[in-house]
Amino acid sequence: MLSIKNLHASVEDKEILKGINLEIKAGEVHAIMGPNGSGKSTLSAVIAGNETYDVTDGSVELEGEDLADLAPEERAHKGVFLSFQYPVEIPGVSVTNFMKTAINETRKANGKEEMPANEMLKLIREKSELLEIDRKFLSRSLNEGFSGGEKKRNEIFQMAMLEPKIAILDETDSGLDIDALKIVANGVNKLKNENNAVLVITHYQRLLDYIVPDYVHVLMNGKIVKSGGKELAYELEKKGYDWIKNEFN
Amino acid sequence: MSKYTEDDLKVELENKEYEYGFYTELDSETFPIGLNEEIVRAISMKKGEPEWMTNWRIEAFRAWQEMTEPEWANVHYEKPDFQAISYYSAPKKADPNKTLDDVDPELLAMYKKLGISIDEQKKMNNVAMDIVVDSVSVATTFKKTLNEKGIIFCSISDAIKEHPELVRKYLGTVVPQRDNFYAALNSAVFSDGSFCYIPKGVRCPMELSTYFRINQAGTGQFERTLLIADKGSYVSYLEGCTAPSRDENQLHAAVVELIALDDAEIKYSTVQNWFPGNKEGKGGVYNFVTKRGICEKNAKISWTQVETGSAVTWKYPSCILKGDNSVGEFYSIAVTNNFQQADTGTKMIHLGKNTKSTIISKGISAGKSQNSYRGLVRISANADNARNFSQCDSLLMGNNCGAHTFPYIESKNTSAKIEHEATTSKIGEDQVFYCNQRGIPTEKAIALIVNGFSKDVLNKLPMEFAVEAQKLLEISLEGSVG
Repeated sequence: MLSIKNLHASVEDKEILKGINLEIKAGEVHAIMGPNGSGKSTLSAVIAGNETYDVTDGSVELEGEDLADLAPEERAHKGVFLSFQYPVEIPGVSVTNFMKTAINETRKANGKEEMPANEMLKLIREKSELLEIDRKFLSRSLNEGFSGGEKKRNEIFQMAMLEPKIAILDETDSGLDIDALKIVANGVNKLKNENNAVLVITHYQRLLDYIVPDYVHVLMNGKIVKSGGKELAYELEKKGYDWIKNEFN
Repeated sequence: MSKYTEDDLKVELENKEYEYGFYTELDSETFPIGLNEEIVRAISMKKGEPEWMTNWRIEAFRAWQEMTEPEWANVHYEKPDFQAISYYSAPKKADPNKTLDDVDPELLAMYKKLGISIDEQKKMNNVAMDIVVDSVSVATTFKKTLNEKGIIFCSISDAIKEHPELVRKYLGTVVPQRDNFYAALNSAVFSDGSFCYIPKGVRCPMELSTYFRINQAGTGQFERTLLIADKGSYVSYLEGCTAPSRDENQLHAAVVELIALDDAEIKYSTVQNWFPGNKEGKGGVYNFVTKRGICEKNAKISWTQVETGSAVTWKYPSCILKGDNSVGEFYSIAVTNNFQQADTGTKMIHLGKNTKSTIISKGISAGKSQNSYRGLVRISANADNARNFSQCDSLLMGNNCGAHTFPYIESKNTSAKIEHEATTSKIGEDQVFYCNQRGIPTEKAIALIVNGFSKDVLNKLPMEFAVEAQKLLEISLEGSVG
């Protein structure tokens, strides 16, 4: 599904990713853990095509297609989804209107007709139920005045609407209380199937109790320094990142 | 696709050609350039006006000669040479007795390019059109339906001949001949425009609509609109403008007067898209407009405007809240791009008791443009319990444009309540990237953000106009806004 090879990326000539290799197959959940400043968010931004970062070497491929020359929206059209750590506010644009635009632009790019209104409504109803979202919420301006939890739930709602191939959840657990965390995780689990994949980026092990990864990778100083099964997350939680740091120094 | 930054966006913005920049060849009759009393008389005679009208024009002309062009607005431009303008131009083939089917096919083709084909408009049976091309009204529809209700909706030239008592009674009562430099000029040389009268207690069953065009090269256009809503009546009036691309600057100095008698309500909506000049700031229309309404007891006037065009705009649709309990509203979206300059806003003059006014102004600046809001809220000594709420928001695109706010408040009554809110924001790259990540391309993303920003005002427009206005916002920020 997603294949990252020797990925190097820098911002303002400062190298942040220093040769990442990662292979995610359809149906898998991968988690990337690491201390602050290790490059976790840079990795997600680079996969999504954020132009702030320069890719200096290596490649990101989605189903065998190199994404290097694709604009962020083109990557989205092909099924890359990023749940933002800090979702932005767009005043005056309702969640519904935003989703309608996103879905129809994606359909247009893929040579499909616009989604009929009744189908759109049905989809909105179905997915908002999945994430236990009050429908009144959907007529509010996108992220404006949303609580931290509402913002994250809204991100996963958008993921549910867009049905991506690869969903990257960047620190989705931050700002969530335990109830909201369960709802969000439950949503992600229901959306997961044999044909898509999830990459969870997190600082803490907490979220991984609910979204159980097949593989855990530890990112440090721009490199994946250790990979393992879900037990690795527990070990990290217990011993802290210093344990690995020591192991590699 | 290559990297698409805000800088690329700015380049696209600058390269955006004026969508409606075409010129239709019409065989017109045009007066020689220059302005003197003889020309004023000739205009009046050409239009077959009665003597009182000719004299009214002459009075205005004499007043204008004594006046100087105002310089207080936050706009910079080369002053027009008033002796280099032709003050009358009429499409020769126009004949008011023709049916729509007989209208010059070239004209019809032009309307089609503008997306306002009359055929289409006829089918939309809720909109009556009085279309002004270069000064003379060439086609009027729905007259009959309106006649049945006693509503008069015609060109001002026809009104002068057919309803002189109404025109004489109200013309110049809200905007006097010597009100300001451009109003005086307009009073002297106005070529045509619209007249509307809604009888007592009548609710106008359709939106009244006028499209203005400047077509002939080098001709100024001076419309005069007079709208009277008699006691207890209601009317919603739509005005839309587009102009073809021209190299030399064209002057547009209109006057609009609204009279809302006791318990009457007037909604006046404008979508303005005069040619804004090219990306170097060359050409474009000078839009120096005086729009004002007067409210008698319990009356209400709402101005809603979407301003995207013109090289220089100088415009303050205002309300004189004369009657007790009268209400004035001003909702505005002003977009400037490239080298456009806009100094626009409103005046709310509270004279009566319990008068209320609301001002919502949204300014969007891109390119190297300057966008100013200028507003006056005046509460007179007798206006007990007057209330005003003003909100001025500015949205900036890029680093080379400017947004300015000049709110003036004068209150002579301690019971007045006046609120003013203002914000300035910039379209962030993070907002655009967020939209991109959801599959929304940059142009569409900016359109979405701009429409969201403008929503409070767009919502005030009648449905059919709101769609058009939204399109216009996209076109004017295009390159950028798809």
